[in-house]
Amino acid sequence: MATLLAVSFLTFLLVNLLPGDAINALIPIEAQQDQEYVAQVRAEWGLDDPMLVRYGKWLGDAVRGDLGDSIVTSRAVSGEIAHRIPVTGELMIVTVVFSVLMAVPLGVVSAYREGSRIDQFISGSAQFALSVPGFVAGLLFIYVFAMKLGWFPATGWTRISNSISGNLMTVTLPALSLSVIEVAVYARVVRSDLVATLKEDYILSAKSKGLKDGFILFRHALRPSSLTLITVVGLNIGLLLGGTVVVEFLFALPGLGKRLLDAIFQRDFMMVQGITVFVAMVYVVVNTLVDVVYLVVDPRIRKAD
Amino acid sequence: MGAAVDTVEPTAAVRRPWIRRFVAKMPWTTRFCASWLIVIVTATVFADLIPGLADPNYQGFLFGDGATNEGPGLSHFLGTDNNSRDILARIVYGARVSLTVALAAVFMGVVFGGFFGSLVGFVRGKTDSTVMAVVDVILAFPGLVLLLTVVTLLGRRDLVVIAAVIGFLSIPPYTRVARANALSISRREFVTAARAIGTKKRTILFREVIPNVLPTLLAYAMVNAAVIILLEGALAFLGLSVEPPTSSWGTMVNAARVDLQINVWPAVWPSLALVFTVYSLNNVGDWLRRLRSVRSAAL
Amino acid sequence: MAGTLLEVENLHTTFTIPAGEVKAVRGVSFSLERGRTLGIVGESGSGKTVLARSVMRLNLGTNVTTTGTAIFEGTDLLTRSPAEMRSLWGSEMAMVFQDPMTSLNPLVRVQRQVTEHLCRHIDLSRSEARQAAVDLLKEVRIPDPETRLRAFPHELSGGMRQRVCIAVALACEPSLLFADEPTTALDVTVQHQILNLLSREQTDRDMAMVLVTHDLGVVAGRTDDTMVMYAGTVVEHAPTRSLFADMRHPYSEALMRSIPRTSLPSHTRLAAITGRPPDLIAPPTGCAFSPRCPYVQDRCIEETPPLVATEDPAHRLACWTPVGSPEGQAAFQKNLASGLPQAVAVDISNPRPPTRGVEVDS
Ligand SMILES: Nc1ncnc2c1ncn2[C@@H]1O[C@H](COP(=O)(O)OP(=O)(O)OP(=O)(O)O)[C@@H](O)[C@H]1O
Ligand code: SF4
Ligand SMILES: [Mg+2]
Repeated sequence: MATLLAVSFLTFLLVNLLPGDAINALIPIEAQQDQEYVAQVRAEWGLDDPMLVRYGKWLGDAVRGDLGDSIVTSRAVSGEIAHRIPVTGELMIVTVVFSVLMAVPLGVVSAYREGSRIDQFISGSAQFALSVPGFVAGLLFIYVFAMKLGWFPATGWTRISNSISGNLMTVTLPALSLSVIEVAVYARVVRSDLVATLKEDYILSAKSKGLKDGFILFRHALRPSSLTLITVVGLNIGLLLGGTVVVEFLFALPGLGKRLLDAIFQRDFMMVQGITVFVAMVYVVVNTLVDVVYLVVDPRIRKAD
Repeated sequence: MGAAVDTVEPTAAVRRPWIRRFVAKMPWTTRFCASWLIVIVTATVFADLIPGLADPNYQGFLFGDGATNEGPGLSHFLGTDNNSRDILARIVYGARVSLTVALAAVFMGVVFGGFFGSLVGFVRGKTDSTVMAVVDVILAFPGLVLLLTVVTLLGRRDLVVIAAVIGFLSIPPYTRVARANALSISRREFVTAARAIGTKKRTILFREVIPNVLPTLLAYAMVNAAVIILLEGALAFLGLSVEPPTSSWGTMVNAARVDLQINVWPAVWPSLALVFTVYSLNNVGDWLRRLRSVRSAAL
Repeated sequence: MAGTLLEVENLHTTFTIPAGEVKAVRGVSFSLERGRTLGIVGESGSGKTVLARSVMRLNLGTNVTTTGTAIFEGTDLLTRSPAEMRSLWGSEMAMVFQDPMTSLNPLVRVQRQVTEHLCRHIDLSRSEARQAAVDLLKEVRIPDPETRLRAFPHELSGGMRQRVCIAVALACEPSLLFADEPTTALDVTVQHQILNLLSREQTDRDMAMVLVTHDLGVVAGRTDDTMVMYAGTVVEHAPTRSLFADMRHPYSEALMRSIPRTSLPSHTRLAAITGRPPDLIAPPTGCAFSPRCPYVQDRCIEETPPLVATEDPAHRLACWTPVGSPEGQAAFQKNLASGLPQAVAVDISNPRPPTRGVEVDS
């Protein structure tokens, strides 16, 4: 919470350091000759108040869910954010779900056969996948699956309310591009954690009971490792958010990241500020959620509370 | 494996130059990656000396002919882009951007992050909590906004600015790594011993703590350099890194996007360069880390 | 029921690690009748755990090789397929581990840990399995079993957890139980309770048991036979009563001297043995105990003493100059005179020169 406050303040501070007054965005240059009009607009937007006062005002509104209005479009920042959350949110959820579904079996096989050829192959591929940035993967997917094979559209977004199949078509390639790195990160985590877990005494004792390896792997070993995975997914949300900016730009998706980029290029500081603080909040919330999930899954912590 | 060699024929192992011994332990992939890194660093450093590479916007490498979107061939080894610039030349100059930014991040991270981290991990107490609070805030802060502000305030977006901002933002993670290490090192016997015999705190910090934090930090730096190069690539791809016409791999990929249907090469080459460089850093970094963990386990 | 249940012949287990080959078990042979108990004693690192796990084929990792034979109920365990072993584990042979803190999965409720293999081996329904679990916990004297079944391991005390582990091991009525230092990690007061519980279950079920420990005091009066291990080999093997009445091997004697009084904390035990356990990658030539033995002579360093029967055919021994023999006395006096550290140490801690038949107060 304190971090959130500090982040919002710093953002506000930095954005306000930006030259090229907001007034340029508010009133066409020709109209700026009219000093009285300019002064009136400045007062209206509160541009002349000391920075702290303006921050206080902004914060007060922000707490009530009002992040101000875009300087360029005059629309409410919160409204714009709300309008774009479904796109980015869906993109991230699909990516995380898909990545976890891919990574867990890979990590499990790799750990179970530690040191074998298949482990070397999976670990090596993961190391390679970690080196492929989203825009390179995305461009490759566009070239192969959209341009050459024509299976998916190269760009654009169909809202889920308009067409479910259309929505799936448009979310596939962007989510895949984001997944390349995520799968690698998760699979490595699952592998290294599971390798350690498999050396635990309780695995040996499960084995000495005559349980099947698969059963031990999934019912005894994976549980503690899944805790680690949840943590890493939470910590990685920040990186994933960064990834959505790139992917939304590449695939021209009307998401938060794309809106942030547009705002940056248009010097729409209210927008930049609003989105930044919103994203920081999401990050904090997700990590709190991770702690809650921990509480539910790990009985040792549940007891300690 | 290495240890076995050492015990079986210790004299032979000692006589070989250390670098050969070092290389002998590398798997072939790591050797390949290390070679690639050496090649790319050399190419970057000596780019200006090679005739024809002197100008990143040079239009004809060796046998200039000024054709646009040419495929790989004898006159342009990797082809030309949609501004009929030689792709090889631009990749070499792009490497300069990537490597400079990575170097800046590693340098600032190791020097400042390493120092602050070692210091607060060693002295602990109030200094520790204050520095770490600042670190947490910077870590949670969107770097993009800082980059934007600095770029706008200075009115320029050249390599120095980008490297400085990314370098600054690299300090906090290194501080964390260094602090965690310094904390555990400060509890080890040799530090306790030094304290017990009344060695000055400053001496302990510089003689015992920092030298022991440094190897871990350098292993981290390898992997972090890879992350930074990816970050710079993404920024450049979004048009937020160095200003054109200076070339950067991300910028090249973005520019090649429009003509993807006509000519894929301008997108392929910089992508490959980026992926291989990052992979090489990861691979060599992982290898170094494994080497270290084996060594510390043997102690 | 009579008859041999387990017959181990010339068992060797080697781990290949970067530094070389760790020869953890080097040629161990023994046999165990149905319903009988065998104690395996030796200090830390002598290969007791590796031996037990080798017999059960429970050594983890790909760097381990085991040779020899281990005939269990007529067939060699070492040649069985993994699937065949799996059907034996839990149902025919079971193991209780050293540390009950780590041998129960912290994230799985007691009930499932007690019943999961019941369902696999005996094919019980859920409610039957639950009833079986309640009965088992009652049997190992856990109060209020219904509530405990719903608990997670961390909610139980150490002794309680070890009782759960024993319940798990006993669930399918195995004919052979390995208890690998079942009390080392527990409080002294709880140790006796657990050992007594094990002994009682063993008698009630007529189950053969191998009790591994580094504490001679634990096996005294609790096992039929005792095997003393050093550096992966058996140095003395005898009926427990005859071992305590007539301790012949210098190493057994040293262990004996280091039996703790119950009042001492559990880690000070073997302080009385001078020197360190041997390097198993390059074990000493001749007798493995020679670098630390107060009775050592030149022959010990050159030739490895074989494990042979003494006057009592059931009492087997691997030593050139056993304790109590005239040669032994002579060797000890010679070493003492020349100031051999381990001989001097023994002499200081024990004013009278060691004699046959050390008495046990238990
Ligand atoms: N997986 C392994 N890899 C390499 N060496 C091993 C492995 N397991 C055991 N050893 C070695 O085998 C030797 C015997 O170990 P073991 O665990 O059997 O001793 P122990 O008699 O059970 O001792 P403790 O009383 O400490 O349990 C030790 O020196 C140990 O280092
Ligand atoms: S007397 Fe010789 S053979 Fe006997 S234990 Fe000592 S060293 Fe070994
Ligand atoms: Mg053991």
